[in-house]
Parts: sequence; C-alpha cells; structure tokens
Amino acid sequence: MTYTKRVDGRKIEELRPMEAKAGVVKNANGSASFKIGKTWAIAGVYGPREVVPRFMANPKHGILRCHYTMMPFSGSGERIKPGRSRRAQEISMVMEQSLAPVVDLSAFPNSVVDIFVELPQTDAGTRCAAISAACIALADAGIPMKDMVSSVAVGQVDGMVVADLNYNEESYPAIVSDIPVAMLHNTKEISLLQMDGEISKQDLLKALEMAKIATEKVYQLQVKALKEKYAVNNEDN
Amino acid sequence: MIVNKETIAELAKENKRLDSRALTEFRQPILIETNISWTAEGSARVQIGETVVMAGVKLSIEKPYNDTPDEGGIMVNAELSPISNPEFETGPPGIKAVELARVIDRGIREAKAIDLKKLCSVPGEKAWFVIVDIVSLNDDGNLLDTAGLAVLAALKTAKFPVVDPETGAIDYKQKTDKSLPLTKEPLPITVYKVNGILMVDPSLEEEKAYEARLTVGSDAKGTISAMQKGGDGALTIEEIGRMVDLALEKASFLRKELTKALKA
Repeated sequence: MTYTKRVDGRKIEELRPMEAKAGVVKNANGSASFKIGKTWAIAGVYGPREVVPRFMANPKHGILRCHYTMMPFSGSGERIKPGRSRRAQEISMVMEQSLAPVVDLSAFPNSVVDIFVELPQTDAGTRCAAISAACIALADAGIPMKDMVSSVAVGQVDGMVVADLNYNEESYPAIVSDIPVAMLHNTKEISLLQMDGEISKQDLLKALEMAKIATEKVYQLQVKALKEKYAVNNEDN
Repeated sequence: MIVNKETIAELAKENKRLDSRALTEFRQPILIETNISWTAEGSARVQIGETVVMAGVKLSIEKPYNDTPDEGGIMVNAELSPISNPEFETGPPGIKAVELARVIDRGIREAKAIDLKKLCSVPGEKAWFVIVDIVSLNDDGNLLDTAGLAVLAALKTAKFPVVDPETGAIDYKQKTDKSLPLTKEPLPITVYKVNGILMVDPSLEEEKAYEARLTVGSDAKGTISAMQKGGDGALTIEEIGRMVDLALEKASFLRKELTKALKA
C-alpha cells in the first residue's frame, strides 16, 4: 500500500479549513473558539484569581492550570464517560507546559490562571486545537504574554510527510506517525512535542520544518481573531 | 447602586426587574442550533439571553434491564462545566448538576416521551440505549430550562447510526435517516418566587434572590410529567396553581421557538 494522495485530497502541507473567534464565553475573563476541520475547541480563561486548593499557591508567581475536556458526545465512536481520564490529565499537563514559556505570571503571586477547554466534536488534533484556542483566550483575557503559541500536528503517513492529520490518516493501515507540535511565533521554539508511531530522524526533521509553516498559518488566524474583537473598524467611519 | 438580593426582591414587589423585562418574559435572544456536533447522533446548542448550553445524544446497543427485557433505555447526564461559571468547580457533578439532569430525565422518562419498546430489537438481548449529555458553556441563570430545550432539540434531530447486519457493530460515522421514536415533546419550565412574586427565566443575580422555585415538565398537550420544588421557602397551593399555569404557557412559547428553529 502506498500513500500517494491524501485521503481528503489535501496537499501535503495543507491544513484543514480553520475558523477562530475570540470572546465566545461571556462569563470568562477571556475566551476563544478554534475549529480545524471537524475538530472544535472552546477555551475559557478565569483569573488571575485565588488558588484553590491553597497549598498549590506559589508566593513568587502565579500558576497556570489547564483543564482539557472532551464532551461525552465528542468522540467519533462510543460515548466517552465523563470525568478526568488519564489521557485528559496528560493532555492538560502538556498544554500547561506548551503555554508556560510565553505566559508571564510574575506579577500575580499566590494566584492562578485557569484555562478550561471543552471540545464539542473531534476528528484528531484535539490537543493542538485546544492549545491554539487557549492561547487566543489568554490574550483575550489580557494575561501578560511574551509571544503567541500556535499548535498543529504534523506527521508521516506511509512515507509521506504531511501537516494536520485527520482521524482517517491517523488510522491509515500503514506506518503512520502523529506529531503534535506547538511553536512560539517569534523564536520558532517548540513548546509541545509528542509523537506516536514510527518515523526516521530525517522525516522527523522534515516534519518539524513543515510545522514551522503550518503553525504560522494558525498564528495568522489567531491574530486575526483577536484583531476582529479589538480592532476599531475605521472603514465604517 | 449596589445590586443585591434585596434590590431584586424590592423590584419584584413593584413588578420590575433589573433588565426591565416583564416578570413572565423570557430573555432574548433565544437561539436554537441543531447538529452542532458531527460525532453525536443528535446535538443542539441553545442560548437564552447569555446562557449557553450544549446537549448531545449518543446511542448504543446494550442488554436490556432484567425487569424490562423488551425495552431500551434513556439517561440524562449534566456537566456544569467550570468554563461556564467561575463558581463551578472541576470534578464529579455536584448536587446542582445532578438535580438538573434528574429533573430533565424524569420529564422525558415519566412522559414516556421515547417509546422504549421500539428501541428493543431482540428482547432480553439487544436494545438501543439513549444517553443525553448536557454541557453548560455560559451560566447567566436558568440553566435548567435552557438545558431542557437543548435536550429536546437534540432528541428531535437525532438519527440512528448504521448497524452492520452481519456483525451487529455500530458504524458511528454513518447515520441512517431514522429518528428516535419520540411520542411526546416534554419541556421543563422553572417558575421562581421572589418576595412573594412569580417570575420566569431569572438572570444569575435573580437566581440568588429566590425563596422557592418550581420546575414543571409538560408536553404539548399540557400534561405534566415531572415536577421539582426547590429552595428553602415554601409554596401555597394557590401559588402552585399559578406557577403551573405560567410554566405551561412558557413551555408552549418555547416549543414554538423550537418548531421555528427546526424549520429554518
């Protein structure tokens, strides 16, 4: 079996159609909706606020906490039992670590910034969509940040290095690797890197180069979403 | 001016509300979107004012319960997500979520709104089970009525997935055009008593000021299928009569909104 054409007809570096919007959860201090293909993440930021439980508080700087949740009906198979699964816990942790390099909470000792991400529907790439949504929401909440974090998966399907694998590609019956990546826009540093499957070092580096271009597209959309919320529309005047 | 429980109670006495609505008026906009989630067999997003709720239906084939071998089943669950309200905490559903889910569940179950016998394909062996999950996205008051409307919209638009006739496996990625055997359309409406005055669709502030509330689940004919009195205050029989009247009137109003949204 050789993979010569992507299952949904996309070019190798082409991302699925994306949509992003800032300010979608009224009660939150900042929020965003981020869609990529049929994967949809809604992020809401609360804080800086008092840390509960208190022992988690750090007197030197605020802490960042992520809570990743797939809605029970958001999986492409059976219903997902509600409650924090091991998978959700791990994703929440890597989300925190992917955003930590850009978020500056030194002005908020003993406080917490909570990011809640809810996914109403998914088709692979959920942690990346969650991070991209969370980053827009953090900026919308006015949390001090040095840079933006943009996230998308790259990988390799039967020898072809591609960007933004969907579920059908992730489960393609051949050697497949899925590499979720988050990148800082200014420095091009990588703050999320996971991988499962099999890949050669050569293809890995090729995929990471592709991630630069792919995350740049996500970044452009994140900025657009923020500008749409905050920019004064001069054309109307 | 500091707005607190007393302000809301005093205003109610003069038939007034903070947002200048009538006491028996629902907030606008009322937005009902269906099929918002491709992974659910049926789904809806409902917004009343600034309160936003999503509901999704998942279907699975299970062994019927021993005491009802020729019936499928239904279950309603609610997740009051901390994304929707700074006071909500992470973790297993609290009593508010449990009550909300159970009241909506009863409204559907006791009305026999879904013909559970039609969900059974092989008595004692195989039947469809319907699980409806509610997730709150923004709580600006009256989550229960908003969720009730979202659940009905999701149930009405749900389609059975394709089942492989040989293996019996469900292909969740393909849907048939077959809808759920819905015989009735129950909707819950909650009427609040604030300073002795009745009101519907409270905002978050108003919700903190009530003495007692009554949720009434009813179908299109006005038959009541579930009730739940809440709050530390008590209600007179006369008040209950007026609350039921108001609930039935508002259920009919929301049912019309749903019909409009599904036609659009």
